Amino acid sequence: MSQTNRLNTGGRIDRSRVVTFTFDGKSYSGFAGDTLASALLANGVRLVGRSFKYHRPRGIVTAGAEEPNALIQLGVGARTEPNTRATQIEIYDGLVSESQNRWPSLTFDIGAINSLIHRFIPAGFYYKTFMWPAKAWLFYEKFIRNAAGLGKGPTAPDPDRYDKLYHTCDVLVVGAGPAGLAAALAAGRTGARVVLADEQSELGGSLLSESSATVNGQAASAWIADALRELGALHDVKLLPRTTAFAYYDHNAMSLVERLTDHLGPTDGKPRQRLWRIRAKKIILATGAIERPLVYLDNDRPGCMTVSAVRTYVNRYGVMPGRRVVLMTNNDSAYRVALDLANAGVTVPVIVDLRAEVTGPLAKAVREKGIEILAGHAIAKVHGEQGVKEVEVARLSDDGKSVTGSARRISCDCVGTSGGWQPTVHLHSQTRSKVKWDDALNGFVPGDTIPGQNFVSIGGAHGVFDLAACLTEGHVAGTTGALEAGNGGNAGSAPTADAAAEEQPQRPLWIVPGEKPVGQGGKHFIDYQNDVTAGDVMLAHREGYRSVEHLKRYTTMGMATDQGKTSNVNALAIMAGLRNVDIPSVGITTYRPPYTPVTFGVFAGRDKEDFLEPIRKTPMHVWHEDHGAKFEPVGQWHRAWYYPKPGESMHDAVNREVKAVRTSVGIVDASTLGKIDVQGPDAAWFLDMVYTNAWSKLGVGKCRYGFMCGEDGMVFDDGVTSRIAENHFHMTTTTGGAPRVMAWLEEWHQCEWPDKKVYFTSVTEQWAVIAIGGPMARKLLGEVCTDIPLDDASFPHLSFKEGTVAGVPARVFRITFTGDLSYEINVPPSYGLHVWRAFMQAGEKYGITPYGTEGLHVLRAEKGYVIVGQDTDGTVTPQDLGMDWIVSKAKPDFIGRRSMLRSDTKRPDRKHLVGLLTEDPKVVVPDGAQIVEHLKDRPPMTMLGHVTSSYWSPNMERSIAMGLVKNGRNRMGQTLYACWENNRVKMKVTEPKFFDPEGARVNG
Amino acid sequence: MFVINCPYCGPRDEHEFGYGHEAHIARPTLEQQGTMSDAEWANYLFLRTNTKGVHFERWVHTKGCRRWFNVARHTVTHEILKVYKMGEPKPDISAENLPR
Repeated sequence: MSQTNRLNTGGRIDRSRVVTFTFDGKSYSGFAGDTLASALLANGVRLVGRSFKYHRPRGIVTAGAEEPNALIQLGVGARTEPNTRATQIEIYDGLVSESQNRWPSLTFDIGAINSLIHRFIPAGFYYKTFMWPAKAWLFYEKFIRNAAGLGKGPTAPDPDRYDKLYHTCDVLVVGAGPAGLAAALAAGRTGARVVLADEQSELGGSLLSESSATVNGQAASAWIADALRELGALHDVKLLPRTTAFAYYDHNAMSLVERLTDHLGPTDGKPRQRLWRIRAKKIILATGAIERPLVYLDNDRPGCMTVSAVRTYVNRYGVMPGRRVVLMTNNDSAYRVALDLANAGVTVPVIVDLRAEVTGPLAKAVREKGIEILAGHAIAKVHGEQGVKEVEVARLSDDGKSVTGSARRISCDCVGTSGGWQPTVHLHSQTRSKVKWDDALNGFVPGDTIPGQNFVSIGGAHGVFDLAACLTEGHVAGTTGALEAGNGGNAGSAPTADAAAEEQPQRPLWIVPGEKPVGQGGKHFIDYQNDVTAGDVMLAHREGYRSVEHLKRYTTMGMATDQGKTSNVNALAIMAGLRNVDIPSVGITTYRPPYTPVTFGVFAGRDKEDFLEPIRKTPMHVWHEDHGAKFEPVGQWHRAWYYPKPGESMHDAVNREVKAVRTSVGIVDASTLGKIDVQGPDAAWFLDMVYTNAWSKLGVGKCRYGFMCGEDGMVFDDGVTSRIAENHFHMTTTTGGAPRVMAWLEEWHQCEWPDKKVYFTSVTEQWAVIAIGGPMARKLLGEVCTDIPLDDASFPHLSFKEGTVAGVPARVFRITFTGDLSYEINVPPSYGLHVWRAFMQAGEKYGITPYGTEGLHVLRAEKGYVIVGQDTDGTVTPQDLGMDWIVSKAKPDFIGRRSMLRSDTKRPDRKHLVGLLTEDPKVVVPDGAQIVEHLKDRPPMTMLGHVTSSYWSPNMERSIAMGLVKNGRNRMGQTLYACWENNRVKMKVTEPKFFDPEGARVNG
Repeated sequence: MFVINCPYCGPRDEHEFGYGHEAHIARPTLEQQGTMSDAEWANYLFLRTNTKGVHFERWVHTKGCRRWFNVARHTVTHEILKVYKMGEPKPDISAENLPR
C-alpha cells in the first residue's frame, strides 16, 4: 500500500522514477521531484514531529522555507543534520530521516506530560523559576537544555567538502517566480551580466503551484520552460537553482548558499554546498510572500496547514494533503485552491470564511462546483489528537470576538487556512531599510531603500500579487537595472498575462475565537516552533512585556530556526489589539541574516585543518625533522622545540642542550626572526623615532639592541638592528612580531612623516639564520669561515662582517641571546641547509649540539633577558623592566617618550620585572603563578603580580624565575609567596640575573 | 563588506584592507608635547570621536599596495563618500552636503 494519497495524474514529479527513503525506520517510496514533506503526505503520514515545549503531535504546515513544524533529523553518523525542513528536502534513494523531540516514539511520547502541566509552565517560566538562586542556574541549565533540544548535532567532524566562490554581476535577481523570471529575461536580453538565484530545485516560484494560469497565452509551465531555455542560451546569464540568498551585506554584497549535492545524498569527493559572495550593481528582490496561518483553537493538529501549502501539494506534487479538506480564510486565496482540489477529486466539505459576506466570481465558481461556503463563520475547535479528524464550525459574532449558536461538526482530515500574505521583506530589512505597514494587505511592505544599497523589491515581495502586474514589474526592473549597470540593449517585450479579477478585501481577525475563551481550554498557537500561543501573548501583555522586543524575549516567539516567518505578524497584531494601538506602533523586530539556517561547513569552506592557516617552515626544517626534533608553533612558524635522543624526556633533552651551549657549542635555527631592510637618507632618523635608544651615531658595521614602544610608552617589540652602510640598516624583530612591526613602520612613515626618505622591505624569508654559541663557537666558525678575522679586536661583540661561510656569501653578526660568545650567520635561504650541515660536520669533534626554542628560553632566562610578550604584556615600560639604560635621555623625541613622563608611568611602585628564587631550589613554579605577600587561608588575597618566566636551570642546578611584581625593585631580598591552585611556595626577590651576572662570557 | 576605491589600485573588496581609526589627528610636535598636560596627552593618545554620520578615517591597502589613505564614510549607511590620499585636505562633507 504505497503512496495512498498520491493523485493519479498531475504534478511536476517524475512518476517514472520511484525513490525509496525511510522515516523513523520505516521505508516509504515517493517520486523524483518530491520533497520529504510531499512524499510523506503522499504516503498518508501526517504526524512528523513533537513540539518544542509541550511535545504536542505536529504535522506539516507549509510547503516552503517558512516551515515552523516539520523539522527533521536528516542523515546518519557524521553527516546527520538536525532541524532540517521536510518541506525543502529533496528525497533521494536511501535517504534516512527521523522525527525529533520524542521519546520513546513519535506516537507515544513521555515528554507530552508537559502538555498536561502546561498551566505551570507558561511563557517566561524558565526565567521565573530557574533564576534563583543565581548560582543554581548552572545546575538547572544542563537539564533544561537536555529537555529542550529538538534535533541532535553530529558528534564527529563533518566529512563533506564545501566550496566558496566570489562573483560580480550587473544584475542579481533573487527569486525565480514570475516577477524574477521576467526581470532576468529583460536584463539578460540587454547583454547584462545576470545571476538568477532561487532556493527551490526548480525555477518558477509560485507558478510551479499554478494549475490554470497562462503567460503569453500559454500554460505557465510552458512559459517557464521557454523562459529557462532563453535564459540558458544567454551567454552572460547564470542560473542558480537550489540557492538561497541568505544575507544582504553592505555595498550590494549578497551571500548565497548553493546546495550542490544535497539532493543526491552523500557523495564522496564532490562538494556538498557552495558559498557564493556576489557583488551586484543592481539587486532585484523577487522573493515573493509567505502566507499566514490563522490563529484558531487547536490549530496545531497534524493536518492543519496553510491554504497555499494545500495548493502546492495538490498542483505541484500531485498529492492530496487530505481526502476531505476544510478551508478557512479571511481573503480570496482559498477559493482558487478549492477549485483546484475539486478538480483533483479531493472533497472540500466546506469553505469557512471569516468575512460576513462573500461575493465575486471566485465564490460563484466555487458554489457552482457544489462546495458550500459558510460566510461569517469560524472553526471553533479542531478534534483529533494525532491528526485532524473533525472540526466544529460556528457562526461568528458581529464583532468577531466570539462564536455564537451551536457548532456544526464536519468530518475532515486536513484544514487549510489563510490569514493573508506577508511579503518576504527579510533581505530588504537586512540592509536596514525600513518596512511600512500596508492597511489593504495587512502586512509589512518595503519602505524606502537605505542609501548606499542599490536594490528594488518587486512582485509579492512588495505586496503585488496579480500575475500580470508581477510580470510587468519584473520586466521594468530588469530593464532598468541593466541600464543602470551600463547595459542599454534591447530588453524585448514584457511577458503578459490576463489581469486577475478584483478581489474582495480581507477581514483581519487575528484571533479566531473558539468554543472557549483564549487560554481557557485548548490552545491558539501563533508560533508552532516555540509553542507560543495567543494566551502567552496575553500573559506577556498582562505582565507588562508589551514592546515587540520584550514580547519576543518573554515568550520566545519568533526565535529558533524559522525566526517567526509564519508567526511574527500574527503576534504583533494580537499585541496591538491588546494594547489598543495600530500594528506598526507595536513595531517589528529587526531581520538579521541568515534567512534560513546555513551550515557552518560552508563558511569554513576548505579553510580548515591544514588549510586553516599557512604553516611556515625554515630552510633547515627537514634537518630538524630528520633528527627527531619536536616542534612548537610560533605564530605561523613551526620551530624546533627540542631534540630528544632515544629514551630522553623533554626535561632531559633540554638540560643536555642547555649545558652543551655553556660548555662547548650549540647551534640553533634562528631563521624565523623577523627581518626588515631599512634604507634611505632618513633611515637613521627614522630608527631614532621608533626605537627608544639612539641610532644616528651607530657606526657602520655595528649592531645594537633596541626596544620599540607604542606611543603609550609600553614595550611592543625588540630586536637587534645593524648598520650595514651609512643609509642602510638590517632590522630584526621578534618571530611573531614581524608583520606588526613592518606595518608599524609603514604607518608612521606614510601617515606622520611622509617627507622622510626611507624605505622598508620585509626580508624575513630572504635570509636563513644559524646561530652558534658557546665557548667553542669562535673556533668552530674559524674552521667554516676563513675570510673573516675573528679576534675580539677585529670582530668585537655587537658588530657584523660580510664574508664567506662554508663557501657561501654570508653576513655574520656577533650578537647573543644566550649570553655566551655567539655568532648569527645569515645566508641566502637556499644555502641554509648546506651551511647548517657544514657546521654540524665541523662541530662534531666539539660535540656541537642543536638546541630548540625551549633551550633558548632557558639560556636567555639564566641571563635575565626578556621575551617581549612573555615577560611583558602591553602594560610594561622599559623602566618597569629595569632597562632605563635603553631609553635615550639625549634624543629630543621618539615614539612613547611623552607617555613615559606621565605621572602613572613615573610612579616608583609600578610592577617591576624581578628575579624570583624559590626557597626550595628543586621546585619550579609554573608561569602565571600569582605573587602574594600576605598569605590568607583562602582566596581572595592581595596579589602583587605574577611569574612570567620559570625554568629549571641546569647550569645553576636550581630553579629560576622572573616575574612582574608591584614595587618589585624595592623589595630586593624580601620573601613572597607564589600561589597557584593549592600550592604556596616561598620565593625570594632578586635581581633578574642568575648566570654570569657580570657578563664575561660574551667574549668566550 | 565594503568596496573601497583604493586611490592607487582602484576598487577592491574590504577584506584586502586594514582599518586605521580616525584620520586627521596629527602627532603633537615636540613643543606641543612639552606644554601638554597628562590629560591632554591622554586625549591625543586614546580618545576618538564616535561619529553618527560622516566620519573621516584612515585605511590601508594591506593586501595590495600597502599604502595608507583617507576615507569619508557615513557610519549609518556605510556609504563611502570620498577617498583621498594622505596629506590631502579634509574634504568639506557633512550630513548637510552629502555627495549623493
